[in-house]
Amino acid sequence: MATLDLMDVRKSFGPTQVLHGVDLHVADGEMIVIVGASGCGKSTLLRIVAGLETATSGHVRIEGREVTGLEPADRDIAMVFQNYALYPHMTVAQNMGYGLKIRGLPRDEIARRVAATAELIGIGPLLDRRPRQLSGGQRQRVAMGRAIIREPKLFLFDEPLSNLDAKLRVQMRAEIRRLQKRLGVTSLFVTHDQVEAMTLGDRLVVMHQGHAAQVATPMEIFERPADTYVAGFIGSPSMNFLAGRLAEAGQAVALEAGPVIRFADGPRPGPDGMPLTIGVRPEHIRLDAAGLALALELAEPLGSETVLHGRLPNGEALVVKLTGPGPRDGTLPVALPAEALHVFAADGGRRLDPACD
Amino acid sequence: MSNAVSTTEAPAIERQTGAWVTHAILGIGVILFALPLWIVLMGSTHDAATIGRGEVPLLPGAHALENYRAAWTQGGTGVGVGWMLWNSMVIALSIAIGKIAISIISAYAVVFFRFPGRRLFFWAIFITLMLPVEVRIFPTFKVVSDLGLVNTYAGLIIPVIASATATLLFRQFFLTIPDEFVEAAKMDGAGPLRFFWDVVLPLSRTNMAALFVILFVYGWNQYLWPLLVATSADVETVVIGMVKMIGSESNTEWNIVMATCVLAMLPPVLVVMLMQRWFVKGLTDTEK
Repeated sequence: MATLDLMDVRKSFGPTQVLHGVDLHVADGEMIVIVGASGCGKSTLLRIVAGLETATSGHVRIEGREVTGLEPADRDIAMVFQNYALYPHMTVAQNMGYGLKIRGLPRDEIARRVAATAELIGIGPLLDRRPRQLSGGQRQRVAMGRAIIREPKLFLFDEPLSNLDAKLRVQMRAEIRRLQKRLGVTSLFVTHDQVEAMTLGDRLVVMHQGHAAQVATPMEIFERPADTYVAGFIGSPSMNFLAGRLAEAGQAVALEAGPVIRFADGPRPGPDGMPLTIGVRPEHIRLDAAGLALALELAEPLGSETVLHGRLPNGEALVVKLTGPGPRDGTLPVALPAEALHVFAADGGRRLDPACD
Repeated sequence: MSNAVSTTEAPAIERQTGAWVTHAILGIGVILFALPLWIVLMGSTHDAATIGRGEVPLLPGAHALENYRAAWTQGGTGVGVGWMLWNSMVIALSIAIGKIAISIISAYAVVFFRFPGRRLFFWAIFITLMLPVEVRIFPTFKVVSDLGLVNTYAGLIIPVIASATATLLFRQFFLTIPDEFVEAAKMDGAGPLRFFWDVVLPLSRTNMAALFVILFVYGWNQYLWPLLVATSADVETVVIGMVKMIGSESNTEWNIVMATCVLAMLPPVLVVMLMQRWFVKGLTDTEK
């Protein structure tokens, strides 16, 4: 149990810079999920914390102790790998106890801790099996067990659920979360799956091209995304983006698609005519007889809801999510509720909040 | 209709003739390999006179025991086959074990460590594949004789103990070991030696077994190098012993030579048979 601090961590592989200075403070017992598309640097960041990669510059501190230059084994951390990395020639018990054996713990102490950990994660009857005799979910548990048994200060998870089938993934996700809460160990969890990220994390770090685009709680990221990348990445189906310009002395936006909508939460700073990107989530779009005509192109019925893909009169694409069954083709009159709009600067995509005064 | 019948019959006939040809070829192969062995086996049971007359006996004779006893105790040139087999065994075992030990360590270095000149060393090893003992035999002999190793086990073993082939084989296998194993071991606090001993060696067991069979047979059957270095009876191998028996006198005792031959075949055959399961496993699957 410990805090983790990353200070301006940068990493370059040769001329390519993959991390452009990441700062992060993780509180004791917190579960932080690092999420992002592949190639955003999230795994590199985790590996730097683990000590498997060396940061080009910056500092890593665990419980206030500088560990930047330390070997992985000296950092008092444990890691769960994507492919579990269980040694095929060792039994489950030997796999779990290997780290303790190297640390020179007495044999009966190892056996006791293996038994206790196996009990905790429900793999007691499997201790004498070899990894190849286990199912994916069981291997996953053993990999967790191997991390837990060390009683580390920090858990690192490197996409540990991506090799499991969908149903098992949901189950293991809940199990990991339950276990992490129960043990209260500070954790860093890397994933590319936004649902995993939203459900697991106390806070999320959304990575984009080597930057931490936003660090916040899942709901805050969903409700107040810091830029268009985060807005588009979190939420399914993704947020719609429409072009517009600032109007009425910052009080409203004039959409390219036609309507002028007054901001529900106050004026934005900037000159009239400043180009904006307006984000609106598919589930927030309302049907309104007086609204814009959306020419439908594709309908995806999902049972409890229907996702409709269509085009506005000016050619901009728009996705709408309706509860229950919806029309399959034709046109649909839609309205964009002012209180559901996210306002971003068209230049750079940063979120624009109401000017407070 | 008639067309349909002929098209269904034609492949059946072809298949039959095809099977017949295949079996004929296989049969020829069996005769080609098995007949010499049979002749040797039968020859070793007749007396010297029978074979001396130029007969090729295909049925067992009555002199098996005395031929084998003679071969075992005196051999052809006064050195008993028993002693030669012992020499061959020591040398073949040392070469097989030594080659495996050295090549697995070199492969480990080349695959798991980043050190300056890594590529250079790898290519140096790779290139020596193209330099078998025969190519470097005179300089090597010079070195061995200057070191006073002629007619010693060391002289017979050390010059052939490095193996580029085995190193490459281990390298290829090591490359299939996932990086995560190395990383998990680092997390667990296992150093390089610990990782080698606890993870790499156990995973290489089947490969080692397969290589052992190949290298043991190689060491056992060596001819050219022992011919140069093992001139005294003390370190004579069974292969060299046989050559000397044939070459020494005009009245070669063929029955004894054949008995020696049979005895010389036994250890490699035993090794192959006993290790067959491991051997096949090592060549076909990787334990993962």
